[in-house]
Amino acid sequence: MPGVISRLYRGDINIDFVGKRKIWYGLSVFLLAVSILGLALNGLNLGVEFRGGSVFDFKRTPGSSLEQVRETVADAGVHQVIVQQAGPNWRVTTESLKADEVTKVQQAVAQKYGTTKDQVSSQVIGATWGGEVSQKAWIGLAVFMIAIMLYLSVAFEWRMALAAIVALVHDLVITAGVYAWSGFEVTPATMLGFLTILGYSLYDAVVVFDMIKEVTGKLGTSAKMTYTQAANNALSHTLIRSLNTSLVAILPVAAILFIGTTLLGAGTLKDLSLALFVGMIVGTYSSLCVATPILVTLKEREPKWQALAQRVHAKQVSAAKAAAKEPVSAGSQNVTTTTEKRKKR
Amino acid sequence: MGATVALQKAFVPKFGLDLAGGTTVTLSPVTANGKAPSQESLDRAVTIIRQRVNGTGISDAQVAKSNDNIVIQIPGAGREEALRLVSTTAELRMRQVLAVAAAKAPPAQVPTAAPTPSGSAAATPAATSKASTPARESAAPNGNATPAGRALSKALTAPSPEPSTSTRATTHHRAGAGTARGARAKASPSAAPSPTPTASPEDTSDPLAGQDTSGIDPALLTEFRKIDCTAKNRGQGAIDDPNKQIVACSDDGSARYILDKAAVQGTEISGAQAGTDPTTGEWIVQVDFKSKGATQFADITRRITSLPAPRNQLANVLDGVVIVAPTIEEAIPGGSARISGSFTQKTATELADQLKYGALPLKFQQSSVVSVSSTLGQDQLNGGLISGALGLIVVMIYLLLYYRGLGLIGIASLGVATVFTYLTVDVLSHNAGFRLSLPHIIGLVVSIGITADSFIVYFERIRDEIKEGHRTLRSAVEVAWRRARRTILVADAVMFIAAVVLFYLAVGDVAGFAFAMGLTTLIDIVVVFLFTKPLMSLVARLRFFAKGHKLSGLDAERMGRTSPAEQTLQEA
Repeated sequence: MPGVISRLYRGDINIDFVGKRKIWYGLSVFLLAVSILGLALNGLNLGVEFRGGSVFDFKRTPGSSLEQVRETVADAGVHQVIVQQAGPNWRVTTESLKADEVTKVQQAVAQKYGTTKDQVSSQVIGATWGGEVSQKAWIGLAVFMIAIMLYLSVAFEWRMALAAIVALVHDLVITAGVYAWSGFEVTPATMLGFLTILGYSLYDAVVVFDMIKEVTGKLGTSAKMTYTQAANNALSHTLIRSLNTSLVAILPVAAILFIGTTLLGAGTLKDLSLALFVGMIVGTYSSLCVATPILVTLKEREPKWQALAQRVHAKQVSAAKAAAKEPVSAGSQNVTTTTEKRKKR
Repeated sequence: MGATVALQKAFVPKFGLDLAGGTTVTLSPVTANGKAPSQESLDRAVTIIRQRVNGTGISDAQVAKSNDNIVIQIPGAGREEALRLVSTTAELRMRQVLAVAAAKAPPAQVPTAAPTPSGSAAATPAATSKASTPARESAAPNGNATPAGRALSKALTAPSPEPSTSTRATTHHRAGAGTARGARAKASPSAAPSPTPTASPEDTSDPLAGQDTSGIDPALLTEFRKIDCTAKNRGQGAIDDPNKQIVACSDDGSARYILDKAAVQGTEISGAQAGTDPTTGEWIVQVDFKSKGATQFADITRRITSLPAPRNQLANVLDGVVIVAPTIEEAIPGGSARISGSFTQKTATELADQLKYGALPLKFQQSSVVSVSSTLGQDQLNGGLISGALGLIVVMIYLLLYYRGLGLIGIASLGVATVFTYLTVDVLSHNAGFRLSLPHIIGLVVSIGITADSFIVYFERIRDEIKEGHRTLRSAVEVAWRRARRTILVADAVMFIAAVVLFYLAVGDVAGFAFAMGLTTLIDIVVVFLFTKPLMSLVARLRFFAKGHKLSGLDAERMGRTSPAEQTLQEA
C-alpha cells in the first residue's frame, strides 16, 4: 500500500482510464439508469418550500417530548402537524397558515415552553414559491449550459465543450438519483447545491482538458502516440492534481455538512452541503472517467487522429516484430519516455 | 474607549436577517396572464411599500426588488404592525369631499405658489392669461397641479361624450373653453364655479373660511387646520376607518381635505382602464363597478352632484391619501363612470392601476414570510463561522501534509485571501448596504476549495517542471507559472460564469450564494497573481526550497527524480 501511495504522490501511476472507457461507459450508463429509475419510481422528497406550508423552529427544552409539542401546536387550531427533532431545536411543519394563526402557534409554544413569542422562528411559504424557485433554477441551468458551451468552445474547442457538458448532465442526474433513492429532502438550498455542482464538475474537467490540449498539441505526424494514448498520459499526469483539487474542494463542504448536521440539525447549511458533497464525489469520478473518454471518442473520429492512430499502430506492430527478434523489448511506454527526453535536450 | 468601540464596529460586517434575527417577506406579483410585470410597475410598488414601511417609523427596514419579486426585510422582532402594512394591499375608498384647502396656510405672496391647488393657481396672473388659450392647454397647469381638477361623468354618453376638461377651472376659464370648443361646452352643464374658493390668497387666516362646515366632526376641523400636507409624511400608509370622517392630503401634497365616511369601497370596483375619448382623443379613465358598488355609486353621485363645491367632489382615497377628487357632473347610474381632465397616457394608466389594484400597481401574494429568532440567527451564524474555520483548518492541514514547505506558501496565500475577503465583505457592508447572510457564508466557505485549487494547480506544475528536468527551481517556478496561469484563469472563468448566471437568474438565497462565489473567484485571481506567484519567486531563492530539502515538498525522493540541485551538478 505505501508503495501505491508514494507512486501516486510522485504521479508515477498509469491507470488506463481512456483505454478501458467501455467499462466506465457501462458503469455510468448503469448509474444513470438506476438514477432515472429512482426518479421515476420514488420521485424527489420535496421540502415544505416546494409544497407550501409553515415551519416553526424553537429551542428544545429539557423534558419536552415530540408528542407533547405536537399536541401543543395542534391545540392552537392547526392541522397536519409534523414534529421533527433538528439538532438542538424542534422543527414543526404544518399547512400554510395565515399571519394571525402563526402568531397563535408562536404564543402557544412560547407559553408552554417558557420562552417568548419572538424566540419562535417561523416560515410561511406559499404553494407557488417553490415552483418559481425551480423554474428560475431551470432557466439558470439552461443559460449556464449555453454560456459554458460557448466559452469552452472558444477557450478549447467544441468537442471539449460537449464532453464537459455531457459529464455535467451525468453528474446532475446521478446526484438527483441519490436524492431519489435516499429520500433526502429537496429544498431550495439543495437546488442551490445542484447548481453549484455545475461549477465544480467543470473545474476538474477544465484542468484535465488543459493538460490534454497541451500534450496532444505536441503530437505531430511523426508522433509515436495516438490521441488516445496521449490523452491517457495527460490524464494520468493530472490524476494527482484532480484528486487533490477535488479533495480540497470537498473538505470545506464536509466541514459544513458536519457542523450543519450536528450543530444545527436542519436547514440551509445541511441541505446545501449534502447536495454539494454528493455532487462533488460524482463530479470527480465523471471528470476522470466520463469527460475525457467522451472527448477521446469524439476526437478519434477526426481524420487527422485516425490517420495518426493507424500509423502508430503499424509502427507498433513492426516494433513488436522487431522485439520478437531481439531479446530486449521496447514497449511503447519506454519509447515515449526516450522521445520526451530527446526533445528536452 | 469610544474609538475602540467604533473600530470594533467598523471591523464587524453587518449581518442579514437570517443571522441577526428579523422577518423577511417575499412578495410575488400575480399577473392575469402569468407574464412578468413591467419593471416600471415593480419599481413603483417598491417605492410605495417603502413609503408605507417608513411611515410606521421603522427606518432600518429594507425594501428591494429581487428579479420579479419584492423582498422586504424588517430587522428585529415584534414588528407585526409593519408586516401587516406591507402585506395588505391598501383598499381604495370613495368619500365625499366636505371641505378642501391648500396644503397649508399659504404665505402672503401667493401668486408664486405654483404647485398649490388650482383653486389658488387659477387666481394667479399666469393661469388667467393661459385662460385665453384653447381649453386643453389651459387645463394642463391646473389639472396637473392637483388631482382634484378632474370631472367624473357617465361613461359613454354618446351624443356629447366630452365633459369639461377641468371642472376646476374658474368661470373665466370655462368661458375660454366654451369659445374654443364651441358647442361642446354644453357637456359640462353642472360645472361648478371655483370649487375651492377658500384656497384663494386672501383667505390665509383660516382654511375653512367661507366653507360650509356643517356635519363635520369638530375634532376634524381642528385637525384640518393643523395638518400640513407639504410635510414629507402626509399620512401615507394610514389604514383609514371607512365608517369615520377623515382628514387627508392629496398625494402630491398640494391640498388637504375633510372627507366623509366611505361611500363606496374599492373592492366594489370591478375594473378600471385608461383610454382615449373617441371624439376628442383625450386620455380618460373608465371605472366599472360591481352590482353593489354600482348602486352605491349611483346613490352618492345623485346625492352630491347638485351640491355646491367642494361638496360635489368625490375623493378616491388610497393609503390614507387622496389620489383624485373629481367633481361629479351628473348622477351616474349604470355602474360605469369615467374620469376626465388633462390626463397624459402615463397619468391615466397610473390612475387606472391604482383604482384597480389598490395602492400597489400590481397584485401581490406573499410567497414566503420567514422570521428568524435572534437565537436561531445566532446559532446559524455560529454554525457558519465554525464550519468556515473548520474547513479552512482542514484544508490548511492537508496542504501542509501533502505539500510540506510548499504547503506553507499555500497556507499563507489562503490566509491573505481570507483577510482580503473579510475586508471586502466588511467594506461592502458598511458602504454598499451589503448584509452578510448564511448563503454568503456558505458560498465563502465552499470557495476555500476553489482558492486552494489554484495553488494546487500551480504547485503541481512546478513539480512537473522540476521532474522534467529544469536546471533551477527559479526557472521552474517561472515556466510553471506561465502554464499554470492559463489553467487557473480558464478554470476561474468557468466558476465566474456560473456565479454570474446564478446571480442574475436565481431567486432569493441563490443570488447571495452566487455573489459570494463570484467575489471569491475574483479574490482568488488577485491573490494568486499578486501574492502567491511573487512569494513563490522569492522563496525559490531560499536554499531550503532550491536544494530540495526533505520538508520543502520538492525533495528528490518524493518526486521520483533527481533533485534539481543534483541535476544541475550532473549536467554541469
